[in-house]
Amino acid sequence: MLNLVIVVAVVLILAILITIFRVSTLVGIVRGNTTKQVSPANKIQASLMIVFLVLGIIGFFYFSFGGLDESYVQPLASEHGAVTDRLFWITMAITCFVFIVTQILLFGFSYKYQHREDRKAFYYPHNNTLEYIWTGIPAVVLALLIISGWKAWVDITQKAPDDSEVIEVLGYQYSWAVRYGGADGKIGDYDYKKTDASNVAGMDLTDRSTHDDFFGRELHVPKGKPVLLNIRARDVIHSVYSPHFRLQMNAVPGMPTRFWFVPTKSTADLRIETGNPDFNFELVCNKICGKGHFGMKYIIVVDEPEDYAKWYAEQEPWLKQNPEYLSEVPADLRDAAMIAAGIETIPAAQAVDNLVVRNSR
Amino acid sequence: MSENGDMGHHDEHDHDHEQSFISKYIFSTDHKIIAKQFLITGIFWAIIGGALSVIFRLQLGFPDMDLEWLRPLLGKWITTSGKLDSEFYLALVTMHGTIMVFFVLTAGLSGTFSNFLIPLQIGARDMASGFMNMLSYWFFFLSSVIMFISLFLETGPAAGGWTVYPPLSALPQAIQGSAAGMTLWLVAMVFFIASTLLGGINYITTVINLRTEGMSFSRLPLTIWAFFITAVIGLLSFPVLFAAALLLVFDRSFGTSFYLSQIYIGGEALPNMGGSPILYQHLFWFLGHPEVYIVILPALGITSEIIATNSRKPIFGYRAMIGSMLAIAFLSFIVWAHHMFVTGMNPFLGSIFMFLTLIIAVPSAVKAFNYITTLWKGNIVFTPGMLFSIGLVSFFISGGLTGLFLGNSAVDINLHDTYFVVAHFHLVMGSASFFGLLAGVYHWFPKMFGRMMDEKLGYIHFWSTFVGVYLVFFPLHYIGIAGFPRRYYSFTSFDAFSTFADLNSFVSIAAILTFGAQFIFLFNFFYSIYRGRRAPANPWKSNTLEWTTPVNPGHGNWPGEIPKVYRWPYDYSKPGAEDDFIPQTVPYSATPESNTDYENELAKPEEVTPKVKAEDEA
Ligand code: HEM
Ligand SMILES: [Cu+2]
Ligand SMILES: [Cu+2]
Repeated sequence: MLNLVIVVAVVLILAILITIFRVSTLVGIVRGNTTKQVSPANKIQASLMIVFLVLGIIGFFYFSFGGLDESYVQPLASEHGAVTDRLFWITMAITCFVFIVTQILLFGFSYKYQHREDRKAFYYPHNNTLEYIWTGIPAVVLALLIISGWKAWVDITQKAPDDSEVIEVLGYQYSWAVRYGGADGKIGDYDYKKTDASNVAGMDLTDRSTHDDFFGRELHVPKGKPVLLNIRARDVIHSVYSPHFRLQMNAVPGMPTRFWFVPTKSTADLRIETGNPDFNFELVCNKICGKGHFGMKYIIVVDEPEDYAKWYAEQEPWLKQNPEYLSEVPADLRDAAMIAAGIETIPAAQAVDNLVVRNSR
Repeated sequence: MSENGDMGHHDEHDHDHEQSFISKYIFSTDHKIIAKQFLITGIFWAIIGGALSVIFRLQLGFPDMDLEWLRPLLGKWITTSGKLDSEFYLALVTMHGTIMVFFVLTAGLSGTFSNFLIPLQIGARDMASGFMNMLSYWFFFLSSVIMFISLFLETGPAAGGWTVYPPLSALPQAIQGSAAGMTLWLVAMVFFIASTLLGGINYITTVINLRTEGMSFSRLPLTIWAFFITAVIGLLSFPVLFAAALLLVFDRSFGTSFYLSQIYIGGEALPNMGGSPILYQHLFWFLGHPEVYIVILPALGITSEIIATNSRKPIFGYRAMIGSMLAIAFLSFIVWAHHMFVTGMNPFLGSIFMFLTLIIAVPSAVKAFNYITTLWKGNIVFTPGMLFSIGLVSFFISGGLTGLFLGNSAVDINLHDTYFVVAHFHLVMGSASFFGLLAGVYHWFPKMFGRMMDEKLGYIHFWSTFVGVYLVFFPLHYIGIAGFPRRYYSFTSFDAFSTFADLNSFVSIAAILTFGAQFIFLFNFFYSIYRGRRAPANPWKSNTLEWTTPVNPGHGNWPGEIPKVYRWPYDYSKPGAEDDFIPQTVPYSATPESNTDYENELAKPEEVTPKVKAEDEA
């Protein structure tokens, strides 16, 4: 019933509006104002241009500089991010300047040169000097942007330092798996055909480097050290993205990618900086990957290096948690695998060896 | 000039009497009718595309809203708890993008105005091949029908984003939309490409071969230059999309591995090896980037014409405008990989593409400056068409500037696939070329339908839409800088994106109101077709040839001989001339008072055929 009333009301309102419209058009025609080339409305439009310009610029500055309830700049926590942020703000300064000036000219001219019966427009078909100027200046400014951007890009994409902490990040519908090299610090091989419900990363257990590999429940990284993410995807394209680190790289099935960065602030640091005791860095999927795309979250924990080493040492190799996979390990490697995975107690001497290997990297 | 006025009276053509309704209005080969068919179909798609965006904006702005009331429309895509299904959300954004980019802003814009204006403005009786032109529309129609049907499939329409990247788009296991929906998407796009190519070949041939006497390339209106260059770009790039789509079809249906490699999905390792999903992206963006210029150039052409006419001034830098369009056309083919900076492609390629991308900003800037200078010292008449053109320039600047962030690969790392990109392209491409479309409709409505649209409603429509568009898209920059990813059904699972809920609601409200404002236009449009004030022959006092035809031009456009052209189309407010416009059909010898010395030279050998009173050749 209510719906019916609403429908009837809408129809009535529309009918009334249309009638008003028709009457006003007819009145206009009778008055003859529609035959003039420029109606009085011209002036109103010109004035509205100025109103729009002024309100627009006020709104732009107000909301861009603190008028919003929340900050739109995420706290920064990586080394290269400082460089890209600087480039971002330089570009912002240049574009804001151009933006404001051109909009003022556009709407200002529109207002100033609105139609007047007593004036004739200025016949001004071209001026090559002007064209050269405004081809040249943007070209120079852009060249500067390109050069600084190019330098930053080359630095960011260059080969990771040798002492980087290497971590494998695997994207799949709809989560991430994060694999560490374990005691030997080496991430083992994979073969996608070996993937199953437990072996999410398709570890190839014939490679002995896999035996001590472990998975992190969060992505732990040490503060102040270069971290190299080896990125892959299992099913469709995903993207490893984390706004606080200004970090992004697609995860592509069949084509491993990488991204390295140096975290500059620990999770604890940021908890203080943001005043939010529950603050966490997050790993976000940023390439459409299906129904659960918006839920592919993984916590990133930046530890002080000591805490990181401690955490690292405490992790259990995957093989230890899944001893049934020992059957996939070739017979001649099985004993070593059991030791590497910590299934069998390790002779003390070898444990020390392992630590030495790790720490010396 | 004044003779043209009375031609309007005998415009009901003798040609017409043999034509049945079907051959006149449906399977018509008349470019004017075909243009209207494209326009109406484009409007239909714009409503659908807009409505889809309203639905997903509801989800984004009001994530807790009970959407049970949409069940009659969306059926099972509303979950039992009254929420939008998260997979259907992706289908909505995918179809919104596809519809807007291809069906509205490519077919709706180029299809309408290239068809309508090319013969009229170059002085031709019709397109080079009327039949191919008709085919072009009907392929588009077929494509539309298929795409429309795909909206109602059990498994939903394509849902992998408008760029349909494989493997997501190749594997039904990955997302339901990649089942039948994706098949129909591909089939529809194949017909769409055929339509674009047929249209494009026609536009190019017509412009090259059928210009009237005196209409040299340096006297072509910028609209025609824009349509011409657009058609060339389309002809070179759409076949590549066709190739990309074809390989995708093979991967989907015939077990090939062009794009697929080492995939484990749904508990199963697929046999495909050696393919590359990145290959698809290269192919797609080889079309995709030119495509964005296919969408904007016609709008810029339309704007050039409207701004010159209504500033009562020549367009500033006619040659620079052509030069910058040619530069854009060329460069648009060598910047595609700026969409792929973080795909893991070789960083060296990234450097090259950053370099080329930022170069393309130069000709774009030149165009903006030329528009602004055209307004300078003009005598501006704010017709609705003019307002929309000024709005276009404003959007083109606002959105173009953000391209400088994205084109810088180092900065793009943090912005790629965020709402910053969404803000960028909705302003520079979406809204700008949508405004070009509207400007064109307001400006050429009198020529299309012989009647005027209501000016006041036009004003209301402009201001509500112009302000609305800025309110919708400008705030997206903020959440983009904050890193909000695009194509997210909801942001609640992340702490980093727990902010800006109010901003998102605000954007949604603005979007709904702006969408609503389009109904003012729709009313004005359809009402004016039947009841609008009758149009004079040359309502905007414009110089171009289309205004020398009868008010309602019949088949063949000019009842008598095709007029000859003696000058460029931008002699507005020429010093010495009495009127503030001199149509292209007026010879220099008739305007000694306003000629330059050079033009006086030109006037001497001019052979002015005396205007014969038009007799129908029937
Ligand atoms: C001033 C010159 C321009 C530059 C430097 C530029 C640069 C870029 C870049 C680098 C991207 C990729 C961003 C990313 O995905 O991370 C992009 C996206 C885009 N640009 Fe531009 N652009 C410019 C002008 C234009 C114009 C004129 C149009 C359309 C008419 C346009 C339409 C688009 C579209 C549609 C996308 C997004 C496609 C998608 O990912 O869905 N751009 N632009
Ligand atoms: Cu995802
Ligand atoms: Cu592009």
